[in-house]
Amino acid sequence: MPILFYLSSAVAIIATIMVITRYHPIHALLYLVVSFLAIAMVFLSLGAPFAAALEVIVYAGAIMVLFIFVVMMLNLGKETAAQEKDWLRPAVWIGPGVLTLVLLMEMSILLLAPPQRNVAVAVVTPKQVALSLYGEYIIAVELIGFLLTTGIVGAAHIGKQKKKSLHRFLQA
Amino acid sequence: MTVMQHIWIVLGVLFVFLNIAAGLIWVERRLLAMWQDRLGPNRAGPLGLMIVLADTLKLFFKEDWIPPFADKWVFIFAPAIVVASVLMSFVIIPFAPGILVADLNVGLLFFLAMSSLGVYSIVLGGWASNNKYSLLGALRGASQMIAYEVFMGLSLMGVVMLSRSFNLAEIVAAQEKVWFVFLQPVGFVIFFIAGLAETHRLPFDIPESESELIAGFHAEYSGMKFGMFFIGEYLGITLISAMTVTLFFGGWLGPAFLPPVVWFFLKTFVFIGLFILLRASLPRPRYDQLLEYGWKLLLPLVLVNLLVTGAIALWMKH
Repeated sequence: MPILFYLSSAVAIIATIMVITRYHPIHALLYLVVSFLAIAMVFLSLGAPFAAALEVIVYAGAIMVLFIFVVMMLNLGKETAAQEKDWLRPAVWIGPGVLTLVLLMEMSILLLAPPQRNVAVAVVTPKQVALSLYGEYIIAVELIGFLLTTGIVGAAHIGKQKKKSLHRFLQA
Repeated sequence: MTVMQHIWIVLGVLFVFLNIAAGLIWVERRLLAMWQDRLGPNRAGPLGLMIVLADTLKLFFKEDWIPPFADKWVFIFAPAIVVASVLMSFVIIPFAPGILVADLNVGLLFFLAMSSLGVYSIVLGGWASNNKYSLLGALRGASQMIAYEVFMGLSLMGVVMLSRSFNLAEIVAAQEKVWFVFLQPVGFVIFFIAGLAETHRLPFDIPESESELIAGFHAEYSGMKFGMFFIGEYLGITLISAMTVTLFFGGWLGPAFLPPVVWFFLKTFVFIGLFILLRASLPRPRYDQLLEYGWKLLLPLVLVNLLVTGAIALWMKH
């Protein structure tokens, strides 16, 4: 349904703009969550329910909670908001604005170009995703597995320290 | 199914589950009292049933206070998330043949997605309160959720392997011969533990632990905003019980002398009772014990379960 697609894209774009312009880190992260949810809706309207569900579970659910967790731990106060305000002067917008404008022009030329191809909406089932992941893309999956294992082993090594027990109740 | 029928089902599901959640106030207090050898609420109305009404009225008339030091909009918004996300999850549960709101082909993933959004309520509520106990509760809630979300999803993959579908109606249909609890006992136990942690019920109510964090993430909440957290917890219990029944205990399947929807609710109430019994009988573990138990014991166990299930499924196929 094109209306749903355009509506959720609009929400995604507005939310993303809000992410960039908020001074307060937690408010920015909240808009980022909304943006992820909107992108999940875009996936859903394009016939990819599996990707939509994973977008919500992995990005909006787990990763953003981690982000918010870290921001809370750092306890960024009013000073950070003021600093952020200082960084976001209008002059800063010129460079990225011009570059994005070039991309926008390219995209509009591509979209308005004469041979209009309609993107057919085909529903991708979880089974198809699994078959292509463990069929065509098996090497990529395995490589990512290696990478993640390295990450886990590294984190476990860094986090490992001899425990000083302060009390007998706290001994493992 | 016509549009009107669909609307009636949606309204019916909302009505039934909001009332179950409110009624659980009475059920929980009476059952707890029974196990602690006392009477519990027994004055208002027959069997003390009107305590539900009294409690609701009390919540409505309490002063709805927003602390001046709180982050106002996030503070108001946070309690709504838990109720909304749990109510959304009920959309995919088949209560009886033909009685379900949305027949999603990624139903199980939808449930996991909604349950991972529910934690924002705790994290944001605790942060917006701008109170150190609330913040500690919120941090605990976030790390508990990350630990438990992982093997909640993995414990259900055995069921998906056996039924070859993420669709809950098909999962129920696949249990026609034998309930998945007999084929996936480890999966069931781990899912139930993860469900307990997900609803933040005792013994896993570490984000709110009254004795050390004075109610943790909702310490600053009062009136109906606190009521939202409260009702969200009861809805969560009902949801996890309903999901356990659907995934492991054959959903609405049962001998023909009772209609399917009755079987569904009977089984669900058994699990709600179990939730309350666990609250009455288990002490709360320390925070680091819970995380260690999750990452070091349950996660490897669920991975082994997945491996064995996969191997047997492959062996049966050949």
